[in-house]
Amino acid sequence: MEKLRVIVVPCSGIGKSLGTVGRAATYKVIEQVKPEETRTVCLALLTMGDSDALKLVRKNPCIALDGCPAQCSKKNIEASKGRLVHSMIVTDFLRKNRNLKPEGVIELNEQGDKLAEIIAEDLSKKADEILQKEK
Amino acid sequence: MTLATGKVGIICCSGEDLPEGTISRVATRLVLEKLRPDQTVTLCLPLFLAGGEDERSFARVFPTIAVDGCSKKCAEAATRKFSGKPVATIQVSQVMKKYPHLKTKSREKLTPQEMKLARKVAEEIAKKVDEILCKTPRK
Repeated sequence: MEKLRVIVVPCSGIGKSLGTVGRAATYKVIEQVKPEETRTVCLALLTMGDSDALKLVRKNPCIALDGCPAQCSKKNIEASKGRLVHSMIVTDFLRKNRNLKPEGVIELNEQGDKLAEIIAEDLSKKADEILQKEK
Repeated sequence: MTLATGKVGIICCSGEDLPEGTISRVATRLVLEKLRPDQTVTLCLPLFLAGGEDERSFARVFPTIAVDGCSKKCAEAATRKFSGKPVATIQVSQVMKKYPHLKTKSREKLTPQEMKLARKVAEEIAKKVDEILCKTPRK
């Protein structure tokens, strides 16, 4: 049986740097901090009804990581009947870290990268909690 | 309403699970920020999929280019489903075949080689924008 993993789904909004911050935080967790316990899925693929993507989010606990309060990732996971167990919004972290001003979509500035690190830390802790509960 | 504004919409997949998704995203922004800033707008695919009426209306009225990472063509399929057929689709994995020496494996920060590939994709998008707007390519 395939190991249970936490699926982190960033919105990847392309209009502002907030989507890039969420995307960067996701990669920090799934590639560096918890590569064995977490993974991501293409949000567009999921929303377009790909059977493998649907199976993945319905079987595994999911965290939506949205850039803004429009919460597109959360809405799309819910619409796909995925196991959404937690959702996070970059703007909430921005409010708690007002000294950080993320800029850039092609490449984040240093402050954006710092914000992504802060979010990744929180995301990582949340993934641990979720997997602990699933045991 | 006329198409006198001369804008072309670009909607990219931003696929999170594949390096090609990151290339689609970076290439789209390169067109918007550097190559054709006055002629293009980007449409946010997640918002489009979540029911964003502004995004869907734009793609119904204005010419739109889908930029997809892989053969699943999610951006093209979504545009077709909610707004109508995009006027063109650029597929990163197809563009990559023209440049076999340019490899891609990063999903987060692109290497100089991957950035070069993103620029090639961006040039193809810009060329398509020019064709759509019937303009001669800029030097």
